[in-house]
Amino acid sequence: MRIKTKLLPLAGGIAALLTLTQCFTDKQNEGERLYTQYCANCHMDDGSGLRNLIPPLAGADYLVNHRDDLACIIQHGQTGNIVVNGKNYNQGMPAFEHLNKGQITNILNYVQTNFGNSNPRFSIQEVEKQLFKCRHLLEQ
Amino acid sequence: MLCTLLLSISALGWQGCSDKSAETGDLPILGERQLVQREVDGQQVTDTVYHRIPDFAFINQDSQVVTSLTVQDKVYVTDFFFTTCPTICPKMKSQMLRVYEEFKDEPRLMLLSHTIDPKHDTVAVLRDYADRLQVSSDKWHFVTGEKDSIYSIAMQYMVTALEDEEEPGGFVHSGAFVLVDQNRHVRGIYDGTDPAQVDRLIRDIPALLPKKKKKKDADKN
Repeated sequence: MRIKTKLLPLAGGIAALLTLTQCFTDKQNEGERLYTQYCANCHMDDGSGLRNLIPPLAGADYLVNHRDDLACIIQHGQTGNIVVNGKNYNQGMPAFEHLNKGQITNILNYVQTNFGNSNPRFSIQEVEKQLFKCRHLLEQ
Repeated sequence: MLCTLLLSISALGWQGCSDKSAETGDLPILGERQLVQREVDGQQVTDTVYHRIPDFAFINQDSQVVTSLTVQDKVYVTDFFFTTCPTICPKMKSQMLRVYEEFKDEPRLMLLSHTIDPKHDTVAVLRDYADRLQVSSDKWHFVTGEKDSIYSIAMQYMVTALEDEEEPGGFVHSGAFVLVDQNRHVRGIYDGTDPAQVDRLIRDIPALLPKKKKKKDADKN
C-alpha cells in the first residue's frame, strides 16, 4: 500500500511528461505534415526544388534575405521573377489563403530548420506582424 | 516434396512481380485485345489484335511537328501535365528527369510529355519550361495541340485527363508514366509520383530494347 502511494505521484509525473512531449512532438510534426501536404509537390521532400524551374529551399539565401516576406508569400503566393542563390526563377507559386498564422509559423519553422538550413525560428507574433502587412491582399 | 512445392509457389509469386518480367523481357501488352479469325490455306487461324496507339500529330517546344513517325521504331515514355500545375506535376517531372538522365545516351528511347492546358501552354511556354529543366528536345518532347486531340489520345494511353474547375489548377489528371514499345503498344503504366515505381520503369525499359551486342554477334555468324 505504502509503495503504491509512493509510486502514484511518480506515475503521474511520467504521464504528464509523456503528454507534454507528445504535445511538442505533434507541433513539430505539424510543420512537416503541412510541408508535405502543401509544399513538397513543388519544392520536393528534401527542399531541393526542380532545376531552374522551382527554386530550392535547401540552403536558399532567399529565406534569409527575404525573411520579412515569407509569411505573406505562403499566404498569398508569388508571381514574377525571383533570384535565389544567384539564379532566376519565374514559376508562379500558388496562394494558401486557408492556412492560419499558427500553421504558417509551423511550416516556416520546418523550412528554416531542415534541409541543412539553420536559420532563426519564427514566433507566431512575428508571422502575425508580417501577415498584417499584406492583409489587403485577402480582401481582393 | 514440400520444399519443391514451396519453391514453385515462390517462383509463381516472383513471376507475378515485375522484377522478373524485366529480366525476361516479358512485359505484357496492355489494353483491350480482339481475336480475329482468318483463313490461311484452308485452315482457320486466330490472330490477336492488340490495342495500339493511333497516329497523332502535335507541336513540340521547338515548333516542330511530332507525329507517330517521330516515335517510329522507338520506345517512349509519355505523360500528361500542365506547366502551372500546383499539385503532382513537379514531382512527376523530377521523376521523369531520372528516366531522362538514365537513358540520356540511348537514342532508341524518347520522352513525350503532353500539356493538357494547351490554351496556356503555348510553344513558347513549353520552350521555357524545357529550358529550365535543362533537357534536350531531341530526347524529350513537350507537346501541345488541339485540346480534343490531346484528351482523346490520353484515353488511348489509358490515362485520366479532364478539365475540372473544382480541382487545384483547373484540371484533373493522373500522374501516370506510360511505357510504349516500337509498335505503339502500351507495355506498362507506372505512378510517376512514386520513386519506387519509377525505379521499376527504369528497370523495365531495357527489356524492350533489343541488345545491340547480341545482334552484332548474330551478324558475324
